[in-house]
Amino acid sequence: MSDFIGDWHALVVLVVAGFLPNEVWRMLGLWFGGGVDEGSELLVWVRAVATAILAGVIAQILVLPPGALASVPDWLRYGAVAAGFAVFMLTRRSILFGVVGGELVMLAGKWWLG
Amino acid sequence: MRSVASTVLTLVLFATYLGIGALAHDNHFSLGWVLASTALVWAGPAQIILISTLGSGATVVQAAIAVTVSAIRLFPMVVSVLPMMRTPQTKRRHLVLATHFIAVTLWVECFRLFPQVPRERRIAFTHGLGIGLCSVCLFATTLGYGLAANVPPLLGAAILLLTPLAFLLSTARNCRQLSDVLALVLGLALFPLISLLHTGVDILISGISAGTIAYGVHRWRERE
Repeated sequence: MSDFIGDWHALVVLVVAGFLPNEVWRMLGLWFGGGVDEGSELLVWVRAVATAILAGVIAQILVLPPGALASVPDWLRYGAVAAGFAVFMLTRRSILFGVVGGELVMLAGKWWLG
Repeated sequence: MRSVASTVLTLVLFATYLGIGALAHDNHFSLGWVLASTALVWAGPAQIILISTLGSGATVVQAAIAVTVSAIRLFPMVVSVLPMMRTPQTKRRHLVLATHFIAVTLWVECFRLFPQVPRERRIAFTHGLGIGLCSVCLFATTLGYGLAANVPPLLGAAILLLTPLAFLLSTARNCRQLSDVLALVLGLALFPLISLLHTGVDILISGISAGTIAYGVHRWRERE
């Protein structure tokens, strides 16, 4: 069993460095959001901020790509996502077709570059 | 459980956690440790940061700071989704487990699927969806851990491209109002500019400013 989890020290590190700093924001949201009315203007703003933060996460992955994605040239990353979005709009907002379309453009581009 | 099977985002999560399992293996964490991190942390970016910072020899405090900065986005997500789950009888403790499951995928799916779920069943629905997705991800983590050394770079790039594609399209589909569309477009446009400042909280600054501008335009249009 100790091989499976590792030592107790590793588990404590997981809780202190991973679980608690992450979970605190969810629980603050629960504490704060527990009393907000569903139709309130505050929620329209909170949702806009959440959407924009998510947009920032998307932009970050594309602009400053992690790991193996950095081997794909800039223009191909942006082009693949733009193509995926175009397919999504043309297929009456199908996420499946959009994702598959974008991936195919990226793979085709990489293959063409050699 | 049908909702778990029917969503493209499940496949995206599967691929992401395949990557996390492989990353943990490469950084010499045990399988049990990374499985515990999937269940306890339940946020892809935070886990990637945790594993890569600890793996590169950072201290526990440095890792905790990096993780908590990445997790701030969970706060507005929880605040905006909880009112849709609540009934007048709901106590806060009934929402603790559902809150734990809120991450990008669940947030997006709650907005998409809640209109088809009766209000008093929404907490149970979230528990089911959360446990279903978490099981899929635990399996993917294990598989990725086992495959680690055999992932070709092109497949790795394809897996990493899944996240921005799927997040962009699912957020675009969920936009209900002008403020949502504007927040998405402005958020995409502002981040590259603000990232030039290298503040360490770039996403937060661009998110709050883009979201607030989008809300301002919404207010201004309402008053017309």
